[in-house]
Formats: sequence, structure tokens, C-alpha cells
Amino acid sequence: MQKVTQAQLVSRARQLLDDGTVSRVLGWRRGDFSYDVTPAVFSDTGALERDFVFDVFCCANLSKYLIREANNDSKGKTLIFLKPCDSYAFNALLTEHRFDREKVYAIGISCGGMMDVHTTNALSPDGITGAECEGDTLVLHTLYDGDRSYPLPDVLPERCRTCGHGHAADCDEWMACEKTEPDEHPARYSAVDTLETMTEEERFAFWQEAFSRCIRCNACRDVCPVCTCEKCVFDNPKSGLENKAAADLFEEQMFHIIRAYHVTGRCVDCGECSRVCPQRIPLHLLNRKMILDINRSWGAYTAGAEVGQRFPLVDYRTDDPEASVRADGRDDK
Amino acid sequence: MQRIGVFVCHCGTNIAATVDVGAVADAVRGEWGVVYAADYPYMCSQTGQRMIIDAVKEHALTALVICSCSPRMHEATFRRTAQAAGINPYMIEIANIREQCSWVHKDIASATEKAIVLARAAIAKVHLNTPLTPGQSAVTKRALVIGGGIAGIQTALDIAEAGFPVDIVEREPTIGGKMAQLDKTFPTLDCAACILTPKMVDAAQHENIRILSYAEVVEVGGFVGNFHVKIKKKPRYVKEDLCTGCGICTEKCPQKQVPNAFNLNMDTHRAIYIPFAQAVPKVAVIDPDACNMLKNGKCGVCARVCSAGAIDYRQEPETIEEEYGAIVAATGYNPIPMDAFDEYAYSLSPDVITSLELERLTNAAGPTQGQLQRPSDGRHPHTVVFVQCVGSRCSADARRGKEYCSKICCMYTAKHAMLIRDKYPDTEVYVFYIDVRTPGKNFDEFQRRAVEEYGVHYIKGMVGRVTPQGEVLRVQASDLLNGRQMNVDADLVVLAAAIEPDKSARALATKLNASMDTNDFFTEAHPKLRPVESPTAGVFLSGTCQGPKDIPETVAQASAAAAKVIGLLSKQTLLGNPCVAQSDPMLCSGCAQCAGVCPAGAISYEDKEFRMPDRSMKVRRVACVNAAVCLGCGACTVACPSGAMDLQGFKNDQIMAEVDAICK
Repeated sequence: MQKVTQAQLVSRARQLLDDGTVSRVLGWRRGDFSYDVTPAVFSDTGALERDFVFDVFCCANLSKYLIREANNDSKGKTLIFLKPCDSYAFNALLTEHRFDREKVYAIGISCGGMMDVHTTNALSPDGITGAECEGDTLVLHTLYDGDRSYPLPDVLPERCRTCGHGHAADCDEWMACEKTEPDEHPARYSAVDTLETMTEEERFAFWQEAFSRCIRCNACRDVCPVCTCEKCVFDNPKSGLENKAAADLFEEQMFHIIRAYHVTGRCVDCGECSRVCPQRIPLHLLNRKMILDINRSWGAYTAGAEVGQRFPLVDYRTDDPEASVRADGRDDK
Repeated sequence: MQRIGVFVCHCGTNIAATVDVGAVADAVRGEWGVVYAADYPYMCSQTGQRMIIDAVKEHALTALVICSCSPRMHEATFRRTAQAAGINPYMIEIANIREQCSWVHKDIASATEKAIVLARAAIAKVHLNTPLTPGQSAVTKRALVIGGGIAGIQTALDIAEAGFPVDIVEREPTIGGKMAQLDKTFPTLDCAACILTPKMVDAAQHENIRILSYAEVVEVGGFVGNFHVKIKKKPRYVKEDLCTGCGICTEKCPQKQVPNAFNLNMDTHRAIYIPFAQAVPKVAVIDPDACNMLKNGKCGVCARVCSAGAIDYRQEPETIEEEYGAIVAATGYNPIPMDAFDEYAYSLSPDVITSLELERLTNAAGPTQGQLQRPSDGRHPHTVVFVQCVGSRCSADARRGKEYCSKICCMYTAKHAMLIRDKYPDTEVYVFYIDVRTPGKNFDEFQRRAVEEYGVHYIKGMVGRVTPQGEVLRVQASDLLNGRQMNVDADLVVLAAAIEPDKSARALATKLNASMDTNDFFTEAHPKLRPVESPTAGVFLSGTCQGPKDIPETVAQASAAAAKVIGLLSKQTLLGNPCVAQSDPMLCSGCAQCAGVCPAGAISYEDKEFRMPDRSMKVRRVACVNAAVCLGCGACTVACPSGAMDLQGFKNDQIMAEVDAICK
């Protein structure tokens, strides 16, 4: 795949800033470590040229930041670079009217898979001092072990190894990329399959163990591109569900299960929830299980594949494939 | 804080026999906020209601909990009681300790425990109740009747007579329905057309009735008193206002081989046709699948012979939008298909027919001009076998047929048998039956006449198999009373096919938001006390769309539905339901999930300005609910991820309080 480079992105962003097409740029900048890259907003060319980063560590999905940057009140347009997986979040947010498309200049970019902090750390626990990627070779500089290199496709996190995303957004411009249909990866549901083959007790134990690690930092919710309520039910004392001290495991189970239901049919499977979890809870598996169940009950459905979709769980049609919902009660399955 | 009074009803022994009502009152007396609790044999009686009013005054009660029957029975009663006592009618809660407790339990101890829990849940909820005031809406003084059979015609005539305009929407090119296809009617044997067609003409000529034939309802919006309906009129390719019904086109059209649906495809008509002589409106219609002009532009004979210039090959479907105050469903029935009953050889021999086909074969306007002839060779049949309950009372095999009794078959079969014996005394007639069911005025006498005066052979037992052998149909059957097998060589076999609701009914029910039973009959609001109303306000039921019925019953129900419609349309304003959804703009993100599930289309969006903590203004898109259109179903409240949508009277925190009280 033809890859875009940091230089190309910076140069194009600078042009758009200079000619006034956009007033700010959503991108990434370096965090505490070279392999810890974080989302950032740039509004002047100096900062853009100094801090804008695009490399194999730009895993963060930028779409959700448009809620803040691109609304009725914002002055000028916001430039966003959309990787294939981000494009589904982009469409899902548009479907829910969460930002104003007129206030956005979207550039679709290619992606060959992105490393995240956890996965990178797991490769070399011995203190990474720096990291870079040359072609398909990932090189980590370590404190005690010198430089270590890895073939990138083999060490990518699961979400990138099983990525079947096309590029779904209607972008204003494309770089090394074009609008494409999704192409389901055969291994996408292998972890869910494993869970489904467990006995009820085993599965319960699996999730008990996973949820018992939760510290209720809310990172999964805050990063989730479809968790965009003005006020989350877990922050609303009137809902009766508000953030409570984790007196027992039930609180965490309730939080994650309610969250899974709230995003069911809307989840774009970007995997950000699991990426940002400091406790390494495989939260995306809950969502993938729901996606699988929806596909089984209502036919294949890809959230975010287009703008204006009607989510299977909150949609009613007289020709619904589910017999209990259909107007004629007929079962096509 | 509320001062709550709890009133526990015995309902005679309905509740008190299974629930220790005194113990329930004692148990809730100590609940937070409860300042008075008592039990009484009949809370709904005048004395019971007086007791509530007195307690309100004496103890300065602000909220009431009534532990009694289902709120469907007496919620309205107790709301009026509360109002009479000076409390807002929505400050009461009903704990259903009858249908959901005493009637479904046998053990007094556990039933009492459950009744206490239900009472506690209602107390927890009523703490959070707020006074609500219903809005008012005007009533559109026009009714819609869907279906133009005898049921729809009668309903429309009665409403029109009361002075209200009515539209009849009929799917076929003519009104008349199934009754127009019948020959004679039991138990008096007068000809169906002779009694039906005057009513069809009355409907056509009535100044308050508009007949929209060849039309279907495509969309229903709004609510009781204010329905907004879209009706699609299919193109007839004939201008209704110009066609005189002279019928010349139907004689000159060269396309002769179009199956005649009115005669159940037993003969043919032309591509342009008038369904039958007394059709209303008497306007020709072109079958677009058969007409050469419409298919490939080659013909145009009908346009040339039409002196009125009524033919219009370019006619397009027309959409009519109209407001109505009330809607009556009168969609009728059909015989079930005989595909699943191969043992009767319906698909193998043309001489195995259904009873409705026999009606056409004996009708003077039918394919044989009323001469009873075998469809295969036109010969007069000398032995006729009737098979009853084909697909009815099929409880053993509900996939093949219907579990219910179709109700009309015993009587029409007796009629057929009698008429055949009367006109052709040389014919032997056998009727195979499970039971003969003839309740009804002069019905049993009628059936006895068939047996005793006309010598019809009634044999208790079912037919096992019909085998076509040469020219005869070999009928194998059992004679249960004599304990023997029978073989009859019949010339004609007539199947009393079960009847089922018209296929369009299910889709219509969805549009009307009206409920149906598992057989696709419309459900009535109460099976005994509100038999002509659907549970959806403003939607009424007429005829066989609600259940199997004969003509007298259909007409009675049709007039009853009309009476209900007239009662509704006579009102100037209607009080709305204050228990509707409301969106909290501070929580709403405008994601539109609520609008996707709203069956009433009550939710729209607006850009609203908010003052932010830093005193700047911010514009956000938020949901707003049209309270007049909202049905109060609550679907939006569960679709809303942030809990911005809440149902007045059933708020999320009220439901949670109930659940918490039950789980405590």
C-alpha cells in the first residue's frame, strides 16, 4: 500500500491553513515517549511544523474531537485526517448529528496498521528509549538490549491485524487512498468465537476476572466515538446509575454492560476502548459479540458504513428479517 | 413529602380469598409517607369512594395508592375519585393485586407477601408522582372506513345518517365485498344481491359518503380526533367522472382471456371490465397486466368505442390526503388457501371446489348462469359431498389450518345442501362434519330442515381422502356414529374452507398502531365490554376483521362501531393523555435515536440556544415532543442513551423506585 508521509500531511495542512480553507488542524503530536502519540489541535503553522507527527504510532481516532471543534459556534473549518477505521466513527457521528459537516475539511489517508503504547511496551519490557518504523520494520531502541527490530505486520495490535475496514467517509480530498467497501477479515471474530465456545460458568468467570480489574477511570467511555451524550447517564444523579464507589464487582459489571448496550448497533468497532484501558480489559470483545449477534439476527450491518443509517435496535420496518418484529410475522431465516 | 393513603380492596372474594387484605393494610401502614391505610370490600363502590374522599379530607392526604384490580378496569374511576377529593387525578397509583396476584396464586401466604410488595412498589412510585394536566384537542368531524364490504357499508351509512361525512376506502374496483359474491343468505334464503345492492346504492348516493374505490391506505399519522391519512388511488385508466358504465368497452376489448377474480377465476373477462352488473361505482377498469395498449401500446379499441371519452391510458396513481376524527377497520376475511390439504384433491380435480366457488356456480350471475354444473365437463352432478371444517378447528395441526371455529360454515353448508336438494331432487347430498354448530336465531331449525325435509345425509366423521378416478371422485370417509368406513363416489366435492382475516389487515394494523391476535384478527379493547373498539383510541372494528361472523352479526357490529364513531365525532374537544414523553434539553444530544423508534412521528428537532457556564451562548440541536401526537408508549425513553427522554407519569426514576422497592 502506498503510504502517506508526515511531510505530505504537514505540507497539505499548511497550505489549507495558509489559504484560509481551514482555521485549525486536528492531528497528532508526540506525548511523553516517542511511541506515545496523542491527538492535538494546531491553529498556527509554527506549531504545526514543529509538533505535528504522523508515524506508525498515530493510532488515536480523531473523529470524536470534531464534536468540540466543528459545531454551529466554531469559526472556520477544521481539517481532519481520517484513517480507514476513523471514517466509520466520522459517519456515525454525522448520523447522530454530533458535528456540522460544513465546518469540516476531511482528508482520507491510507493506513497500514498502527502500534499502540501497550503493544509496543509488550514487545520490549526493558525500557524503550525510542522507536521508529522503516518500511515494514519496526525498530525499538531499548535501554539494556540495544536496538531490536520486528516485522511490523506480525506485531501489530489485534484490531489492526484483523482490520477489515474500508474507507467509508465522503472526504473532501484523498491522499494515497480512496473510498472503499469494507472487506471482512476472517479472524475478526475469532476471540468472540472462543468466548462463545466456553461454558456459561467459564465465560462468567472470564468477565468477572476482567471487570474486577476495572478502576472506573471512564477512559473507555471518554474515548468512544459513539459515547457522545451531552451528559452521560453515569454522570447524572437523577438516573440512579451515577458513578458510585465500587463497593462490589456489580458496579463495574453494570457500567460495562450498560455501556455495551448503549453502543450496540452504533459501535463502529474501532477498538479504542480496549486501547485506552489502563487495565487491559478486552472491552471491544463485548462490542464485537453484539455486532455478531446483530448480524445474525438482522443481517449484516456495518455501523458507520454510511451517513443516515438507522441502527437495527432502534429501527422499525415492516419487512424486518426478525420474525417477532415483522409485520407479517413470517420468518425468513 | 407526600401524605399517602393506601386503600386495599377485597373485590368481594376475588382478592380477599387469596390475599390477606387486612395484613396488606397493616404492613404498609408503617411505610415512609403512609399516613392512612385501610381495607374495604369494594373500593370502586360509591361507599368505597366516599371512604377515600373522607380519608383525604381527614388526613390531608396528597397522594393515593389503591390496591385493587388492573388499572385497565378502574384507574379512571379512582382518578375521578381523587379529583372529587381535591387531589390531582395523576397523584394516584394502582397496585394490581387481582389480575397479577390473587388470580394467579393459590397460596394465601405467598400471595399476601406479593400483594404487600406490589403495594410498596406503588407507594415508592407515588412519592415521585407530580400533578399532571391533560391538554385539549379538537375533533375532526369526518370518519374513515377501511373496507367496503357489508360491514364497511353499514358503518358508513349509519355514520353518514348521523350527519358526519365518511370516506369508504375499498381496495377493489367496487364496494360490496364477499357478500356480493354470495348467492342466497341463511337462514331466510333471500338473495344476497337483492339485500346488499340497495345498500351499495344508498352508500353511493348518500351526500355524506365518498367512496374511494380501487384505493388503499398507505400512511396513517396523528391520533384520536386528528388522524392524518394518506390514501393511494390506483389508476383505473378510466375517468370515473366520465364513464357511464354502459359496458360497450367490456364487449369490444379483444383481450378475452383474463381470469375473472369476482367469479373466483372460474371464467374470464376482458382486459377492461366491470366486476359485476351492480358494481358501485359502475365504472370500468383496465387490468394493466392484460391490456395490450398499456403493455405495448398496440390496441386502443376501448378508447375508440367509448362515446364518453372516459378512457385515459396515461392515468397515474393519485394520492389523497385527508384528516379524520375516527377510523373504522372493516377489512373482512378470505377463505384460506387449500394448498395444505392435498388429501381432498383440490389441486388435482376441478370438481373439488370450495364453498365460495359453489356460491358462484349456483349464482344466476355466475359463470354457469346459476346451473349447477361440474367445472370439468359441465355435467350435472348427481352425488355431491360436502366436507366441513377444512382448516377450521385444526388444533392438532395448527400449521396447516386454524385452531378456531370459522363459525359460518355449518350454516352455509346446510344452505347449500338444502338448495341443491330443492332445485335438483335427483341429487344425493352428503355432509361430513365433526360437530354441527348452529346457535343463532332460527339457525338450528334451518339445519334440521335440511336433514328432515330435504333428506340431506349428515354423517358425523371426517373425509380421509378424495381420489379422482375417471369421471368420479372416490371419497373415503368414516361414519363415526355407525362405526364404519364409507366410500362414496361423488361427482362434486365441496370444501368448507376455514376463513382467515384478509392479508392486508396485518399491515394496516401496523399503520393504525392497533393490536392483533395471533390469528391476525384485530383485538378489541375488551372482549366483552368494548367489543367494537380497538385498544388504540379512535380506531374501531367492524365485521370479520375482528373475528369470524355471519352477516347478521357483522351488520350488528358495524352499526355498533358506527354508534361509537358518532359518539366520538359529536364531541367538540377531546382531553389528551398527559402521560406523554418529554425531553430534557440539558441532557439531549440530538442523536435522533428516539425519532427512529417513535411509532407516532411525534418527535422533531430544533436548534436551541444554551447559556454556558462562562456566560457564552451555544446552539445545540435537541429533540422536542409534540404532546398531542405522542402516544405515551415510552419506546423513546428506552432508546435514549442519556436518559433525556422521560415519560410523564412513568419517569425513569419512578420506575427505578418501583424496582428498588420490589427488590428491597
